[in-house]
Amino acid sequence: MDPMEALVAQIRGLSSCAGDLSRLQSILKQADDSLRFDSTRLSAVLSQLDPSKHSLGCLYILEASTAGPVSKEQADILVPVIARFINSSAAEHIRMAPDKFASVCKRLKDQVMLLNVPVRGVAPLLTAVRKLQTTTEHLTPLHPEFLLLCLLSKCYKAGLSILEDDVFEIDQPRDLFLYCYYGGMICIGQKRFKKALELLHNVVTAPMSTINAIAVEAYKKYILVSLIQHGQFSTNLPKYTSSVAQRNLKGFCQPYYELANIYSTGKIAELESYVETNREKFENDNNLGLVKQVVLSMYKQNIQRLTQTYLTLSLQDIANTVHLNSPKEAETHVLQMIQDGEIFATINQKDGMVRFLEDPEQHKSCEMIEHIDSSIQRIMALSRKLTAMDEQISCDQLYLSKAGRERHRYDFDDFDSVPQRFNI
Amino acid sequence: MEADDQTSGAMIDEIYANGGDEEKCRRPIISGEQLDVEAYASLYKGHTKILRLLFIADHCENNQTMQLEALRMVYDEIKNGENTQLFREVVQKIDGRLGTNYGMDEAWCDMVDRRAEQKKEKLDNELNAYRTNLIKESIRMGYNDFGDFYYAHGQLADAFKSYVRTRDYCTTSKHIIHMCMSAILVSIEMGQFPHATNYVSKAEQTPEALDPATIAMLRCAAGLANLEAKKYKLAARKFLETGQVLGNNYNEVIAPQDVATYGGLCALATFDRTELKNKVIDNLSFRNFLELVPEVRELINDFYSSHYASCLDYLGNLKANLLLDIHLHDHIETLYDQIRHKALIQYAHPFVTVDLRMMADAFKTSVAGLEKELEALITDNQIQARIDSHNKILYARHADQRNATFQRVLQTGSEFDRDVKSMLLRANLIKHDCNLRQSRRL
Repeated sequence: MDPMEALVAQIRGLSSCAGDLSRLQSILKQADDSLRFDSTRLSAVLSQLDPSKHSLGCLYILEASTAGPVSKEQADILVPVIARFINSSAAEHIRMAPDKFASVCKRLKDQVMLLNVPVRGVAPLLTAVRKLQTTTEHLTPLHPEFLLLCLLSKCYKAGLSILEDDVFEIDQPRDLFLYCYYGGMICIGQKRFKKALELLHNVVTAPMSTINAIAVEAYKKYILVSLIQHGQFSTNLPKYTSSVAQRNLKGFCQPYYELANIYSTGKIAELESYVETNREKFENDNNLGLVKQVVLSMYKQNIQRLTQTYLTLSLQDIANTVHLNSPKEAETHVLQMIQDGEIFATINQKDGMVRFLEDPEQHKSCEMIEHIDSSIQRIMALSRKLTAMDEQISCDQLYLSKAGRERHRYDFDDFDSVPQRFNI
Repeated sequence: MEADDQTSGAMIDEIYANGGDEEKCRRPIISGEQLDVEAYASLYKGHTKILRLLFIADHCENNQTMQLEALRMVYDEIKNGENTQLFREVVQKIDGRLGTNYGMDEAWCDMVDRRAEQKKEKLDNELNAYRTNLIKESIRMGYNDFGDFYYAHGQLADAFKSYVRTRDYCTTSKHIIHMCMSAILVSIEMGQFPHATNYVSKAEQTPEALDPATIAMLRCAAGLANLEAKKYKLAARKFLETGQVLGNNYNEVIAPQDVATYGGLCALATFDRTELKNKVIDNLSFRNFLELVPEVRELINDFYSSHYASCLDYLGNLKANLLLDIHLHDHIETLYDQIRHKALIQYAHPFVTVDLRMMADAFKTSVAGLEKELEALITDNQIQARIDSHNKILYARHADQRNATFQRVLQTGSEFDRDVKSMLLRANLIKHDCNLRQSRRL
């Protein structure tokens, strides 16, 4: 009997229960090399198997068959095959070999990129992410790949759906860096600057032993988004930032620092001329669009400031103080801001006056109470998680041995007290 | 009831119209005229007289007569001293504009220089003799003489060094005080105000009780140093603590008139109302100083009784002369700004609504200008109010604590949420790193 046929038979026989599956996996692992050797016949073999029932076997064979370099024509055939497999495969099967699954999915990504149709990979990868992750808090290696495809195909909404989940469990730090960086970009694309800031912040402050390009690029965007969102940027990184980042980031982002400096003076003309002279630098970083948004946000900041000081102000005066060309332009800006809920005001077109109002939110509606209640629930859950994590760490053998080792005075009598010392 | 309303109405009118024309007629502003250089110079003696006059000469280029007047007096004053270097500079500045009597006097210079040479040699020999004999007191005197000598010849850095050297040979607190006073004098003249502060505190730390005159002098020196360091509040305190005994004792540095002006302006710029009342207006000894400069006294009283227009008038009139003051000129703008801001804040404080037109009248400015000033103050959060630019009314703004609390709570909540999440993430990353290292080791 041909070894390949034997293998197919085993896959068919051993795909039903958990005990059989682990046996099958060890068989497949042994056969992995020969599978690669026989890669030409694999597509035929594959057609004899049902991807929804024999997922594990299919996975190994598919992985082996796609190992080599692929031409465009081949890719065109392979993409639907892999996509079909991802859609129909059984989650418990593929979780037994996450590496294989991830590598198949990455190949799918490479192939759609090769074909220049990233949009074809978005839906399969989203399914793949959902199948591979055990809980929504789990960050799989597929997250960044999926977000990258979303970015390239401009399917920002699809990307947002997985960004809503908070991730805590991480397989590879690099995945997190890329996940947060791409995620930040998607949020910027959707103008959800608050979330973007959060994600980029995670990249910049993540523990790292050497500076990396992802962190540098993320920091550049972080500066710009922070200016757009808050109208200011503090050059001091929080103290939990790794020392490498604290030392080095500034050097890589000099033009951005200066931009933030000029922004803080509140002078539109200077900002614009600075952007114009450094246009090339920003363009090379692919940040020019964002920089332009920064410039626009300055008008908003300045108008916002006016609401603090004035009750009524004519459009002409607004145009003058904010350095807009005409009252008409000022009106558009104010109108836009009212629509976006950034300021509360009414425009009287008869005499060209804007009347700034206080925030009408009285915090006594049912919705507000519900909102507050849900916030409290959320924070309580978070707090429970924190306590659990703390307990887990204070019982962690590795941590305890390290903490015990690093105590300067090693004393047998004290040794028992070590765990208590780190309880909160 | 009606009568009541009428009186209160009249009162409000008066409040709005404070500093109006009526007030001004009653108290004509006196000090509008030009600075009388001769009278000014007569307040001082020694080096500060020369320096102050030179300062005036340097800073009133558009006023030839005043400049020449100042230079003439400098020339006369230097002739009484021994500073030939300065003499040459002054002669160059006069440039023959004061006739032949005020030209270059080479003979005098040579004579003074020669005498200085001899004196220096003599002092040097003496000091060497003392040093070999190790007589402490004589060495101190020797260094002190050297200090005096250098000081007279305008070599300030050397003078300072010599005075400071006497410190090792001081035996009584009197000596120490003497050393400190000399050091302070020289450092003020050099413009090294940190040194002055330093030696003021040294002098104040001497164990023996100081006599009131010395205390007054030390207070003045400390006040000056604080003024130069832009610590106006401290400066005001020091000047206000200066005792009446100062009199003309410290003319080589400061005149009692200056104490009143410097102290008064600094106090006005930095003190709040109660402090102003307690420490300035009700301060008996300082009141005596203020009597010397009635304009400052009047403007402080005007400020306190909310006659801002007249107060600002006084300030405006004084400005030209104060700009010619060697110590104050740098700080005038800041002090004036602060005083004006405080006046604006105090004016607006008691009202719920203020008519900007009336306020502009009271401050003798345009409504647009006033709006700009108020805008800056509101942005700085110094006035809690908002401007109705359409009706030209300023509305006081009362913070809604309930809403503010809700907002803050929600914000704090979401910040906590965000921070904890990213912290957990970081913790997991570190843990991952640890596990990785461990697995590598295994």
